[in-house]
This record gives sequence, C-alpha cells and structure tokens, in this order.
Amino acid sequence: MVKDLFKLRRFLKGYLLQLTIGPLCKLTEAVLELMIPLITADIIDTGVRQQDVGYILSRGGLMVLMGALGLGFALVCQKSASVAAQGFGTKLRNALFRHINTLSHAELDKIGTPSLITRMTSDINQLQWAVAMLIRLVIRAPFLVTGALVMAMLIEWRLSLLFFAAAALIALVLYLVMSRSVPFFRAVQQKLDRVSLLSREMLSGSRVIRAFGREEKEEEDFRRQNEDLSRTSIAVGRISALLSPMTFVIAQAAIIAVVWFGSGMVDTGTLKTGQIVALVNYMTQILLAMIVVSNLVVVFTRAAASAGRVNELFELQPSVREENACDPAPDPSAPILSMQHVSFGYGHDGLALHDISFSVRRGETIGIIGGTGSGKSTLINLIPRFYDATEGEVQVYGSPVDRFSLKFLRSQIGMVPQQAVLFRGTIRENLRWCKPDAGEEEMQQALKTAQAWDFVSALPEGLDTPLSAGGKNLSGGQRQRLTIARALVMQPPILILDDSASALDFATDAALRKALAAETGEMTVFMVSQRVGTVRYADRILVLDGGELVGVGSHRELVRSCPVYREICLSQLRSEEVE
Amino acid sequence: MKKKRNTRLLLQRLVQYASPYHARILCALLLAILNVTLSLTAPVLIGYAIDKAVSPGQVDRDGILWLLAATAGAVALSTLFGYLMNLCTNSVAYAITRDLRRDICRKLNAVEQRFIDDHPHGDLMSRMVNDVDAVGEGLQQGITQLFSGLVMIIATLGFMLRLHYVIAFVVVLITPLSVFVASFITRFSQNMFKKQSKTQGELSAYIEEYVGNQKLVKTFGHEEASQQAFEEINDRLKECGQKAQFVSSWANPSTRFVNGLVTAAVTIVGAVSAVNGTLTVGQIATFITYANQYTKPFNEVTGVIPQLQAAAAGAHRIFALLDEPELSQDPPENEEMVFHGQVDVEDVSFSYVPEKPLIRHFTLHVSPGQRVAIVGPTGCGKTTLINLLMRFYDVNSGAIRVDGVDIRELPRHQLRSQYGMVLQESWLKCATIRDNIAYGRPDASEEDIRRAAKEAHIARFIERLPEGYDTVISEDGANLSQGQRQLLCIARVMLCDPPMLILDEATSSIDTRTEIRVQRAFAKMMKGRTSFIVAHRLSTIREADVILVMKDGNIIEQGTHETLLRQQGFYYELYNSQFAES
Repeated sequence: MVKDLFKLRRFLKGYLLQLTIGPLCKLTEAVLELMIPLITADIIDTGVRQQDVGYILSRGGLMVLMGALGLGFALVCQKSASVAAQGFGTKLRNALFRHINTLSHAELDKIGTPSLITRMTSDINQLQWAVAMLIRLVIRAPFLVTGALVMAMLIEWRLSLLFFAAAALIALVLYLVMSRSVPFFRAVQQKLDRVSLLSREMLSGSRVIRAFGREEKEEEDFRRQNEDLSRTSIAVGRISALLSPMTFVIAQAAIIAVVWFGSGMVDTGTLKTGQIVALVNYMTQILLAMIVVSNLVVVFTRAAASAGRVNELFELQPSVREENACDPAPDPSAPILSMQHVSFGYGHDGLALHDISFSVRRGETIGIIGGTGSGKSTLINLIPRFYDATEGEVQVYGSPVDRFSLKFLRSQIGMVPQQAVLFRGTIRENLRWCKPDAGEEEMQQALKTAQAWDFVSALPEGLDTPLSAGGKNLSGGQRQRLTIARALVMQPPILILDDSASALDFATDAALRKALAAETGEMTVFMVSQRVGTVRYADRILVLDGGELVGVGSHRELVRSCPVYREICLSQLRSEEVE
Repeated sequence: MKKKRNTRLLLQRLVQYASPYHARILCALLLAILNVTLSLTAPVLIGYAIDKAVSPGQVDRDGILWLLAATAGAVALSTLFGYLMNLCTNSVAYAITRDLRRDICRKLNAVEQRFIDDHPHGDLMSRMVNDVDAVGEGLQQGITQLFSGLVMIIATLGFMLRLHYVIAFVVVLITPLSVFVASFITRFSQNMFKKQSKTQGELSAYIEEYVGNQKLVKTFGHEEASQQAFEEINDRLKECGQKAQFVSSWANPSTRFVNGLVTAAVTIVGAVSAVNGTLTVGQIATFITYANQYTKPFNEVTGVIPQLQAAAAGAHRIFALLDEPELSQDPPENEEMVFHGQVDVEDVSFSYVPEKPLIRHFTLHVSPGQRVAIVGPTGCGKTTLINLLMRFYDVNSGAIRVDGVDIRELPRHQLRSQYGMVLQESWLKCATIRDNIAYGRPDASEEDIRRAAKEAHIARFIERLPEGYDTVISEDGANLSQGQRQLLCIARVMLCDPPMLILDEATSSIDTRTEIRVQRAFAKMMKGRTSFIVAHRLSTIREADVILVMKDGNIIEQGTHETLLRQQGFYYELYNSQFAES
C-alpha cells in the first residue's frame, strides 16, 4: 500500500525546493517555539529575581520577535505546501488525462466514465491533501520524537527503554490500523464510483426515467448505494478513530510506568525528582507529536487507497499498440483498403465477425448493409484500429494497419459515427476539430456538402453559435449533418459514414448523397446503412449477415445473386423498384 | 453585508441538516466534556504522584501506587470517552453527507427538464461527489475540533479565574484578537475556495464530456488538442487551489502568532506584577501554562480552517442546486379518468428561449386510435412536440388536452404512464437486460419479459448471450449495437403495453427486415390506440391515418399519404426527393 504512494513520487519532481524548504521552515519554527520557554525562564530567573523591569521588557520584546520570525517561517512553509501539493495534483491529473487518451476502446469500456471522473477528481484530491500534510507536519513530529528519545536516554537509559517500548507499540498500532483500513478506503472510493454512475444515469436518462415514472425507484436504488457508501465510511471511521485514543493510552501508560519505576529509583537514590518531571515532560512531548502523526496516518491511508486506484489506471496498457509502427510509404498500386480472413470477437460472446475478405480500390464508394447486430459497425471499427482483428489482417495502402502510427492512420480516415455527438464550444470550433487551420471557405464548403449550410447560415450567430454539451441545443438531424461536415473539413482519403443519415429526412438524405457523390471524387467512401436507398448507387455493396460477408457486388448483381440482399430490398422498396 | 448573511444562512441550513441527529451531537458534546476533563486531570494526578517522591528514603510508594492507579483509571475512561465521541461525530458527519446526497438525488428528479438539458452533467456530478465530500470532511474535522476546543477553553478559563482574575482578564481580552485575524483571513480567501470548487466542477464537466466521448476524440486524432484544453482548466484549478490553500492556511500561523503575543503579554505583566509583589513566581509559571493551554484550542480550530472553508464552498454549490425551482406541484390523481386517447392541441405556442419562438399557434386534433405520423425537415419541431405531449416542458400559451382534460390538471406520472415512449437516443440503464426490459413494470413475470423481448425481435440475440437475460449492459453499451439497444427500448415499451404510443425515430438504427417485424408487433399493439410516430421511413409513414407535415414549428400540410401526394405540395417534394438520382 505504501508502494502505491511511492510510485507516484515522480510527480513530485520539480517541487524538490518546496519539499525541502517547507519542512525546514516548519522545523525552524518549531525550534523557535521551543526557545520561548527558555526566554520565559530567563525573565523569571533574572528579571524578576533582580527586580529589573527593563530586562523583563527587552526579553519580552525578544519573545515577540521570535513569534514574528516563527510566523514568517510558517508562511514560507504553507506557501511551499500549497505550491507543491496543488502542483503535484495538477501534474498528476494532466498525466492521467494523457494516459486515458492513449487507452483503447476495450479498456475504456471496462472502467467506465464515472469511475474515471472520480479517480481524476476525488482520488487525486486525497493525494494532493496528503502532499500538503506531508510538507506541513511530517518532519516536525519525528524531530520532536527523536529529540525527546535522545534526551530521555541522556537522563536515565534504563527508563528510556520504556520510551522505546512505547514508540514501538505506537508504531505497531499505526501499522495495524493502516493495513486494516486501506481496503475499506478503497471500497469507499469504489462505492463513490457507483454513486457517481447513478447520478450520471439519472441525468442522461432523465427523460426515460420520467416517462416511465421511475423517479422513486431510481431514488430508492440511489438510496441503497448511498446508504452502503455511508455505512462503509462509518466502518472505516470506526477503525481510524481508534488511532489517537490508542496512542494516548500507550503514551500515558508509559508515563505511569516512568513515574512508578522512577519513584523507585528516587527511593534508592539513583534518580532525582526533577529528572522524573523532565522525563514525563518528554513523554508528553512524544505523545503530542504522535497524535499529530496518527492524524497524518489517516490522511495517508486514504491517500494510499486512492494512489492504488490511480496506479491501476496508469498500469492499464492500451490493447491497441504502436510497436510495429514504421509508417511505410503507401503503395499506390495496392488497394486502399483490404481485409484478409478477418475475424473479430469482443471477448465474451463468440465472434462478431467471421472470416471477412474484400479489397477496395481508391475512389470507390462502398455500401455496407446488413441486419441489426450483423457486424457492420464492428467492421468499420477495425479500420482506424479502435480494436485489433482477432485473426486475419486489415491492410491500408498495401500495408497492415499496425505498421502505421495511430496518428497517421487516423488522419487518413474521416469518421462520422452513428451517434451524433458534438462538443461544447462554437460550431466553428467543432468543425475545426480535425483541421485546426481550416479556413472559412473550407468550412463553408463542407457545410454545404453536408446539407448544413442552410441552417447554420440562418442562425443569428452563424458559425459562432455556441453548442451545449453533446450539441443538445440542436435537433438530432442538425447534429448529424454537423458531424458529417466535421469529417468533410479534413478532406480525408477515406470517409466512413456509419449509419450517419438515420436522423435525416429523406429529402435531406437524398441531397446529401448527391452532394457527397459530387464532392468526394478522390475519396474512398464507406457508407454503412440500413437503407437500400442509401447504398444502392454505391460502386459495390458489402452485405453482412450474422458476422459473415454473404455478398459483394453492385446493387444489380446482388439483387440477383444474394438472397439476403434481395430480402432487404423487398422489405424497403416496391418490387418494381428493386430491379 | 450580503456575504455575511449568506454565511449565516449556510450555517443555518447545515444546522437544519444536523437537527435529526441532535441526540448524537449532544452525546458527542457530553463525551467531549468528560474526555477533556479527564485528560486534564491525568497530568494533575501525575504531578501529585511525583510530589510524593521527594528524595531517597522519602518516597511514599503506596501513595504513588494509588495515585497512579487513579491516573490509569482517568486515562482509560478519557480514552473510552474520546473514542466514543469520535464515533458520534463520525456517524453524524456521514449521516449528513448521506442526507445531502439523498436530497441532491431527489432534486435531480424534481427539477425541470430544462435544468438538466441546460447544465453540464459533469458539473452536477461534481456537486454530488466532490462538494459533498468536502462538506463531510469539514463537518468531521469541524465538530471534533470545535467541541473539544470549546470545552478546553471553558475549562482552562475556569482554572485561570480561580488563580488570578486580572491576568485571566488580560488573556480573555487578547484572544479574540486571534479570532478576529482568523476570520479576516477566512473572509479574504472564501472567494478563492468558491472559485476552486467551481473550477473543479468545470474540470469534471470537461472530463465527463471528453472521456465519455473518448472514441470520438480518437477518431479525429484530437487527443493533443483535448489535452491542451484540459491542461488549461487544470492550470486554472491549480492557480485558485494554490491561492485558496495558501491564504487560508495563514489563519493558523497568524493565530499562533497572536497567541504568542498573548503569552508574551502574560509573561511581561506577570513578571512586572511579581516585581511589584502581587504575584509569586510559581503563580506566573502556572499562568503561562494555562495561557498556553487556553490558546491551544484556538490554534487547533484554526488548523482545520482550510477544510472548513472548502466545506463552505462545497455547501454553497450544493445548496444552490437544492434551491433550483422544482416542477410545479402535481394535482391529485384523477381516479375517474379513463383514457381513450383523444388528444387535442389547442393554439399552443412554445419556445425554449423567449427570443426564438419555435412553435406558434399550433392546433391539432387526434381522435382515439388514430395513428399520427409527423414528418418534416430536421429542426422543424417534431421532438419539441413530443416534449410538450409528455410534459417534459410546459407550453407557453394554449393547452394540450387528453380526453378533454388539460394535461396540467393531471399528475405527471398519470399522464406519462399513458404513453409508451421510444426515443432515438436509446438510453439503457447499467443493469441486466432483464431489469432493463422490466424497467416500466418491475413486477413483470419472467414469461412476460420474454414475450416482450420476442415481440421486439431481440429474444434470439439475448438467448445467444452466455448469460442471457442476466447479461449486464455496460455503461456505454459497448457490447450492444445501436440497433440492439433500440430493440431493447422497444421491448421495454412492449412490456408496459400503454394506451398511447410516442415513437421518435424509434427504429432508425434497426434494419428494415427486423423493423417490419417489429412494426407488425407495434401495429398489433397500436390497434385502437393513439400513436404519434416521428419517422423518415416511408414504410412507417405510409400506413399512418394522418400525416402531419411540419415546417418551422407549424403544420403546413395534413392528410393521408395519398391525399398529400395528390396535393403535390411539400410532402410530395419530400417524398420524391428520395428517388432523386445521385
């Protein structure tokens, strides 16, 4: 568990100055504070005894000065703590976000967004707090404890053994409590994930929840999770609440023992009463320091649990890797895309694609059609390497896709996903996603091709219209057309439309197809669709059924040769239209 | 001035949240008193014990034994009470945390749909998770420190008064200075905490959006740009976090400095009094000890000020959410109401933003059992119409009546339970397939669930899954295709068997062969039931009893497929455009 914390030390790099100065200042402050009693003694012993008011006042002034100095040092320490802690957290968040950006779909699916959010916020907050506490408190306590132990040894080494015994016992208690509570803290954070998931669902599904009148039921589900979280928190609180009382008991027991054995020694003349007082004072000092430490331990235990969760993310390696990437020169004579005996399964329920082979020439328009769950989207996902084929090979420009860097490969592909998602920001910012330097002309052209220019130009703020998250302030069809425009702006060699006209009315759909055909002469276009109308004019159509490729050819050929295709056609068109 | 009132209100509301647990809080206070008094007694007893060991041969071993036994007793009891006090404050803090989360959850279901549509979800989630956490942390630290601090202050004050009231007076007079300094710093930094909490919300919203749509980010190779934007927000968070933490952490050293001044003052006044002969040297020593003792709790309380401030900032955002206006009160259930499915939309106007009127003077009459198809270019107000029918939004003027009753006079759940709704966005819960199908009818029998799945033509697929109906749908539904998700949504409605249907692009991702079969099931279901269908596919539209052609928030044509074609209007254009050669 400490290992987990230790692993994250790399993010403290660059804050070495703060990490050294902070505790040192705190130490100086502590030393200054310890000098106050000496001055007090001076005032009493010299000032009062010699009836010297001037001396009393000057020493008093010194006390004030010491206080002011102490304040200065403390502020430097606090400054170091806040700079280092927040800086550490910021670096860690940046790195984690960067790492998440490298993960492939399979890993992201597994962890889920709400858990990623709690790890990025709540868990890192815990760690940040631990760093601040580290700087503020960690050096002072050992300093005080060591000092007290040394002093005790100098006074009477046999009695100092009691001190060591107490220190060892306290350490044992700290260890026990810490190791007991780490799993609980982990569980707390996991349950926080659940709470976060449920609240996210409640927001994203609010319409459905309300439509089905499930508000109370959802609240009940939430209450149960919430109750569970609160119970676990209380349980772990019960364990950590043991720390300071236990420390108190052990230290007090040591004090009692010191007085008892010490008084025996006084009896035999080996110890003076004053020395017992001193020993008791030192033990009290240790006690106070240890109580601070025990609070610190709770913070660190919680941080250790969080560090484990953060490390778990860092250790997750993307399943799609770039180790073979060498970006070979494209072979102009090779087909732009080909698949050879490609099979793919998501891992749990058999194969989603089975032994698919086909190749596509540059500039071709390929329609992909098939039933629900026939593997159309899966097939498309293999091209930009969202997943890697389980068997067989996907080739682009004549080389296997894993020979290209992901950056290059994906820059070749313009993808219009099934779900029309836009991001917060203006329309312009969204269009410039794939091509940050796109000019007005280019954007206008893309919007026109995507049949979006009409409504965008009619908006009072045009391209500068702000979109809310997901583009929820536009209708589904408007969103879809903007996602098409977004892909067109980059003028990709390969354009993939994954059933991305489903929310368009048929007039717009037809106009879109027409414009696409006219504007994408050089582009190789893949159109996934349920509608025969969308794919029938493609150069070739791939027909998928249950994960198998059951037909390749033009509309005319397939109507004759492919029974699955024919059936699809008949379901949509009148028989005279089919031929 | 306003700020002060805000803070007081905040406290008042937190006290309200604490009030159900007043027994435990009282207990904690009592335990704190016992704990502190006993822990103060222990050193006194030890002192007496040491006094009994004077010099060799003059040691009262028996007396010491008794005193030490008493000390042990005091320590044991004090520890016990201390632990119990911790348990009490712990359970109160977590109970309040739990109650806050429960209320936020309840609130999310009670606010207007508009609020949810308009707010970044990540920000609301951050209130639920991070802000509540901050409040819990603050409460826990706050209650513990405050209670033992308070008791400690009162106890030492009492001891001091007994010793020498002039010096006690000096101490009491000067300490509020430290309180003043602390409160000044607190006020100064509170704004930064608010900013920190807000920025944290912003960061969560960003993560929710970009991590939630990570696949898209990858598709477009937008990783670098999204990283930059993230780092920008993150940097701002660092900035205000550093400031908040730093400024607020002044409170503790400053209080300690002020208290150092108090000690110095006591020492000087004491020493001068000793010179004048009104005080003995021993008394000065005791006094200094007590002055230290007295200021210690102040120092400890100010030590947790950053947590308290973070808690206040969190509470502020939580209460702001809890203060959002709720949906208007539902009228009582209309038990005599029998739904036949007559829907009248009378002169309805509506807009999401007042400046942009969307639906204007819209009138529509649907007789029971009619199948209404709504077509029109995207953005013409189809989805808005559904928002109004389901009363996700209320009309601005005019009225919608179901069987002659204004829908605002019905409780929302009664109205909504009459409709079966399938939307294009196929939202499913992160639960088993069985639970998802039974979403609208949790008490449905296994047999009914299977029948619904069969009617929605998803049963074969489900049965092929290794875990069948117990398969858990992952959060983003990665194990299901878009079409399969839609089929599950359809099964969900089929099971409810509602009197009226609203299908908004319900089958857009389903292949046409399956769609035809599903539609047959729908047709059977819709027989004699009023239904509203938004669709683009002709097969769906052609068979409707009435086709409404909408444009810019108005109905511009109305009729059956044949009559509309004959009119050669907008519909005719739409219809023919799909055959346009490309």
